[in-house]
Amino acid sequence: MERTAIRRRLTWQIATVADVRRETATARTLVLDVPDWPGHLAGQHLDVRLTAPDGYRASRSYSIASAWSGDTIELTVEQVPDGEVSPYLVDVLKVGDPLEIRGPVGGWFVWKPGMEGPVQLIGGGSGIVPLYAMLRAHAAVSSTTPVRLLYSVRRPASVIYVEGLKEIAASDDVDVRLVYTREAPAGEPRVGRIDADLIERHAFRPEDGATTYVCGPTPFVETVADLLVAAGHDSAKVRTERFGPTGGPR
Amino acid sequence: MTEATYLDGNAAAGAMSELFAMDVTAATARCDGCGWTGVFAEARLYVDAPGLVARCHGCDNVLLRVVTTPTDTYLDLRGLTYLRVPTS
Repeated sequence: MERTAIRRRLTWQIATVADVRRETATARTLVLDVPDWPGHLAGQHLDVRLTAPDGYRASRSYSIASAWSGDTIELTVEQVPDGEVSPYLVDVLKVGDPLEIRGPVGGWFVWKPGMEGPVQLIGGGSGIVPLYAMLRAHAAVSSTTPVRLLYSVRRPASVIYVEGLKEIAASDDVDVRLVYTREAPAGEPRVGRIDADLIERHAFRPEDGATTYVCGPTPFVETVADLLVAAGHDSAKVRTERFGPTGGPR
Repeated sequence: MTEATYLDGNAAAGAMSELFAMDVTAATARCDGCGWTGVFAEARLYVDAPGLVARCHGCDNVLLRVVTTPTDTYLDLRGLTYLRVPTS
């Protein structure tokens, strides 16, 4: 990330929910108004902290879904069954409510317009969130950097950002391919996880020099990263972000 | 079958930002156990322990622990030979 001579240490601050958008049956986007937000890079995340009346606290890390435009920021939260934090964020929190946050953080899993080479994005489930921020950052500056997205979902109803992805896919520089693991829409014969054949046919090739960003649950990330390296991709150009089985990153 | 329960070093960015004035997750780390050298974000991060435990991607050695109590935060860097941060 951009470094300045002295960077402030971060601490918790209060954001206000400006809007909410339902994305799927289990995912919701929160639009947050944050006083003095310093801006962020696509791919960065922030921590959310909830405090119970008895003082018990739980915090989780969520990827920022929006590119910074000088106004609000957006988080998309997938509800984790029996989760401590996500059910509140997905079902309870409403417009006007305060929310304690700390961020932006993370300087590794980021994409900046102007970075060299094509960009390969591979997301599983809600792992699409930081990748979507990268796609929006790409669109915001009308970047001509070639980008390819492989987005693995269980079924059509699980797709987050259906409309936004359609718009983004209209760009000549962006290729969006959905991969269905349980149930595909009519006309899509392939049902199954991302495998070596799919990477061979749809991802950039090792000689293209792409930087690859892989985000999803830990087993998904492990599998995809191994497939990429087995296909000859330089592991130094594969950046990963894992979501924990309990819904993180936390 | 047990699922992998670790995240990666990225997820420690928030906790570390309260301690460090630079982004540690993008720094280069060297493991004191096996000599593995890489971006801290690629370390394995366990969040189910009390606090955070980062382990080496190569040998599983503990690189770093962060534990917060109601009054203090403990930062244990036992397994890191160094952290390298760009100066320019």
